[in-house]
Formats: sequence, C-alpha cells, structure tokens
Amino acid sequence: MDIFNLLMDGFAVAFLPLNLMLIVLGCTVGLFIGAMPGLGSVNGVAIVLPMTFLVPPASAIIFLAALYYGAMYGGAISSIMLGIPGASTAVATVFDGRPMAMKGLADKALVGAATASFVGGTISVVLFTLFAPPLAEVALTFGAPEEFALMLLAFATFIGLGGDDISKTFFSIFIGLVFSAVGLDIVSGQPRLIFMDIPGFFHGINFLVLAIGIYGIGEMLWVMETSQGKVMVSQATVTVKRVMNSLREVVHAYKPMVMGSFLGYFVGILPAAGATPGSLMAYGVAKSIAKDPDSFGTGNLEGVVAPESANNAASTGSMLPMLTLGIPGSPTTAILLGGMVIWGLEPGPMLFVNHKEFVWGLIASLYAANLFALILNIAFIPAFIWVLKLPFTILAPIIFILCMIGGYAPTQDMHDVWLMLIFGVMAYLMRKLDYPMAPAVLAIVLGPLAEASLRQSLIISHGSFDIFFTRWASGTIAVIAIILLVLPVLKMLKTRLIDNNVSKKPG
Amino acid sequence: MRWAELVMAIVMAIFSLYLMVKSAELPIGWITGEGPGGGAFPFWLAAGMLACCIWTIVSWFRKTNPFSRSDEPYMDKATLKLFLIGAGSLTAMVGLFHIIGVYATLPLFLIFYMRVLGGHSWTLTGAFAAITPVVTFLFFEITLNITLPKGYSEPLFYPLYDFFY
Repeated sequence: MDIFNLLMDGFAVAFLPLNLMLIVLGCTVGLFIGAMPGLGSVNGVAIVLPMTFLVPPASAIIFLAALYYGAMYGGAISSIMLGIPGASTAVATVFDGRPMAMKGLADKALVGAATASFVGGTISVVLFTLFAPPLAEVALTFGAPEEFALMLLAFATFIGLGGDDISKTFFSIFIGLVFSAVGLDIVSGQPRLIFMDIPGFFHGINFLVLAIGIYGIGEMLWVMETSQGKVMVSQATVTVKRVMNSLREVVHAYKPMVMGSFLGYFVGILPAAGATPGSLMAYGVAKSIAKDPDSFGTGNLEGVVAPESANNAASTGSMLPMLTLGIPGSPTTAILLGGMVIWGLEPGPMLFVNHKEFVWGLIASLYAANLFALILNIAFIPAFIWVLKLPFTILAPIIFILCMIGGYAPTQDMHDVWLMLIFGVMAYLMRKLDYPMAPAVLAIVLGPLAEASLRQSLIISHGSFDIFFTRWASGTIAVIAIILLVLPVLKMLKTRLIDNNVSKKPG
Repeated sequence: MRWAELVMAIVMAIFSLYLMVKSAELPIGWITGEGPGGGAFPFWLAAGMLACCIWTIVSWFRKTNPFSRSDEPYMDKATLKLFLIGAGSLTAMVGLFHIIGVYATLPLFLIFYMRVLGGHSWTLTGAFAAITPVVTFLFFEITLNITLPKGYSEPLFYPLYDFFY
C-alpha cells in the first residue's frame, strides 16, 4: 500500500501543469528525433539537455525521460518506412517491419509497433514501481567497495556483450575514464592532466562535451556518409478505420508482446546492456516460439511487436539501476545521470530517501509519458512521414547548430566547443574502424564516482584489493564482473582452437 | 582500411604514452596515510589504453583482425568530400564565433548548407537564416540568460541589451 500511496503522490507531481506540458512536449520531440534515421534517444537527450536549464531540475528530468520514451517509440518509424533503423535499438524492427511496408501494410506495422511499445512500456513501469523501492533499500547498505564493484560490472557487461574487437571496447572504457580524471585531483586538489597547460582543462572535461561530440557531431558526420544514396520512403495509408482494424489484429499478437516486455525489462536492468541486445533477443525468442517461424523476415507482425515491446521495456529497465544504484543501464541513462548530478539530484539509494517527491514524480511521469507517446505516435504518423522526407541539407545544419550552442551553454567557454568538435571528428574517424563509443560516454560519467569509490576502498583496506572479494555483496558482484570479463577471452581461445583443428585436418 | 587501422592504433598509442607521462606529474604510487597518489588512477588507465593499442597493432601484423585484411579504402572520394565539407564547415563556424560572433555566423552557416549544398530556394534559405538567430537570441540570451559569443559584432547588441534589461 505504501508504494501505492507514494505513486499517487507522484501523480500529483507529474500532473502539475508545467510537468504535464513537458511530458507532452518531451514525447513529441522524442518521437520526431527517434523517427529521424540515425538519431535515437541518446542523441536527443545529449543535444537537448543543455536547453533544459530553463525549467526546475525535477521537471527537466521528467522532460528528458519523456523524450527518451518518445524516441523509443519513434525509432520504429524510420525502421518501417525507410528500412533504416531510427536508432540501433530499432534494428530488429527492420527485419519484419520493412517487408510489411513493402507489402503495403506500413500502417499495420506502425500501429503494431506503437501498441507494442505501449505494452512494453506499461509492463516495465509496473515492474519498475515494484522493484525500485526494495532495490534502493538493499543499496542503502552498500559502501565504497560495493559501489566500485557495481561500476566494474557495468564496464564488464560492455566487454561481455560487446562486439568482436575486445581491445577496442577496453580502449574506449579506458579513454573515457582518463578523460574523467582531467581537472583537479579529488583528494589532493592538485591540477591533473592539464594538456599543454590550457586553462580550459582546469574545470575538467564536461561529460556533455564528449556526449554531444560523439552523439551529435560524430553521429551527423556518420549519417552524412551513410545516407549518400537516396532513400525510399514507403507509402502508408492512414485512416481511422484502418487503424482500428490494425489494432484488432495487433491484440492477437499479445504473446510476443508480453514476452518481449519481460525479456526487455530484465535485459535492460543489466548495467550497460540496454535496449539493443534486449530487442534483438526478443526477436530471436519470438521467432523460436512462433507457430510459423519461417514467415519471420517476410513481414510477420509478431516480428515487429516483440522487439518494439522489448526496447521500450528495456529503456525503463535501464532506469532502475540508474536511479537506485547510480549505475546507468544504457548510454542514454548515463547522460541522464550526468544531468542529474549537475542539477544536484545525485542518483543512488539516497535519492529515494531525500528526494522522494522527485523519484515518485518521475515514475508517475513514465506512466503518463507512455500513454501520451502512444496517442501522439498514432495521431502524428503523417507528420513523421513528412519528417523522414525532410532534406538532409536542412536537418544537418540545424542539428549542428544545436550541438554547438548546446555545448557552449553549460560552461560558457569556447574551449569546450572546440573540444567537442575535436571529439566529434575523432569519434567519426574511430567509429569507421569499429571503435565502440558508448563505453567512453558511460566511463566519463562514471569515472569520478569510480575513482572516488576505488580510492576510498583502498584506503579502508590499506591498499589491498581483497576488500572487493571479502564482503558478500561486493564479492558476488565482482565475481560476476570478472566472469563477464573473462568470457570473451575464453570464446576467442575456443575459436582459435577450432580454427587450428580445422587447418590441421588434411583437405 | 588496412593502413587506417594501423595508423589509428599508433596515434592512439602515442597519445596513451603522453597521458601516462602527464599523469605521472602527480604521484602514482602509494602514499602512506593518503592511499593511492593523485596520478595513479589515470596513469594505470592510460597504461591500459597503451596495452589495447599494442594488442590492436599485434593483431594487425598477425592479420587476425578483419580490418588488417581489408583492401577497401578507409574513405572513398565521395566520403572524403562529405567529411571535409562537414568537418570544415563546423571548424569555420566555431572559428567565426570568435570573430563575428554566433549571430552573424548562423545565417552564413545556414546559407552554406541550404543554398550552396542543398540548392533550396532563396525564400526558404532566407527564412531559416533570419529566424534561427532571432529564436536563438530570445531563447538563450533573454530566457536562459546565457550570453553567447559575439566577437566584433558586440557593439551592435547594445541597443538590444538596453531594450531587454
């Protein structure tokens, strides 16, 4: 009952006129950003964050969370209409969404995606409401060693679930952490890593500078390259009657939707796993449990609803560790976390004690955002299709301008704008060689926390690393982290062994 | 791709070394009573970066990494042109922020993209070029109280300041 009362109080906060307006605005902006090919929630949150200084911190976070939600809905739109994922989280939606659009069933796919996103969002917010308070309570007992072990786990998940090139994932984590150490040493207060004695480095490297550099400038340079060829926007006929008919059909696909919601939520909770693996896994499971798995890939509605419910559920799931433990579950939540720190709303279990009103307001706003995103999504389908047709030569300069001014706003230092430009160009050049960029953003946000908890733990233990293994909670987390770190190495050795055996066999 | 992979790894290895040297300006060992020195955290992480680069370079020579076997160009002519336009226009924009200020630069940037690259009509381009700086000014300077760089165009804004403040 206690949770119910707190949630009701939360609704009172979420339904304040300003917050309600921001939820609607956030969903709309998010839907448009999500619908643009190549841009997803992470780009939206990074680029828009500096503009939110206009409103009080709690409202700003509610707005950004609504934007996050809207972008998750919107991602499906370009997957279906263009065959290009609106964001990496909507990759799996292309598999069946595009074939459906080619068959003239674009409206059904869009309605299916929106409904599935709603189901995924709702189930996951309910799960979130139930899980968050007990988890925060457990986390209250955590000390520095547990905190550091959790961060280790976040990074280990990137390695364990990451791409083939482990050395590049490690590199990305390390460079993000080193950049987070620029500025003043947290213990002695001495200047540290002041490159070429440029005074701009004294205030450290703001995580937003790196995030906008990578997700704003780097991403747009990437989109410029990949969208060189003309894209084909599918036709969609949207009438109230067709939407109602589609809805009736979508309801029959409830099984993959519910499965996707639960799977997505729990994958989303894993630090750093996020919505992309969640939606891909949901697609895989939906295919394996389907009556007609062969029709997957040719335009099966179940292949659209499973990943879409999963990616929305995962986005809520990834907020759970962010709010309760202070460990983001995805790059987007990493940026949200950074924003919250700037605003003095330090995420972690204490948030549930000191800022109850904010936490429950945010949770209640997720329920509201979910409903608004569904309505806006279906109502504005023609508008999204118009956005998809917007020429790149109008879109690109506007986004570039938003990035540059947004990067300047927080510190009002041109040094940061130059740095952002350098990061953006480097991110583009490195991404071409498969250097993953998300770990670096997560690392620069977590870096100061990781360093503080590591140094505190080592001071307690007089320099012994045993402290991370002798306490049950940190020990368990650290062992899981180490397993995740070792896993890809074992996998690599196994492949090599198999390769050797194959090459030894004659013929 | 093949050579780009190697060059990038070498450049990043040199950068890692520089970071290690820079970190070592602060103590990197254990200080009695204080714990690890201020430079320890970045130093060992930069060492990790270096190890990753060496790993990539070794993979390159052993040809175990897909890029080390790739004959594709890192950037073809069309991509290089787009990259130079993108990065070049951004550099010019940030540079001009210092000289003529944000509000004079934004129209130029928009005209470059919309008219020169996109071939859009002067009406559309003009509308964007005129409205964007006004909206930016009202949002940042008036609503958020964030002063954007104006360079030599600063005196032109004095009447506006008088009007709003």
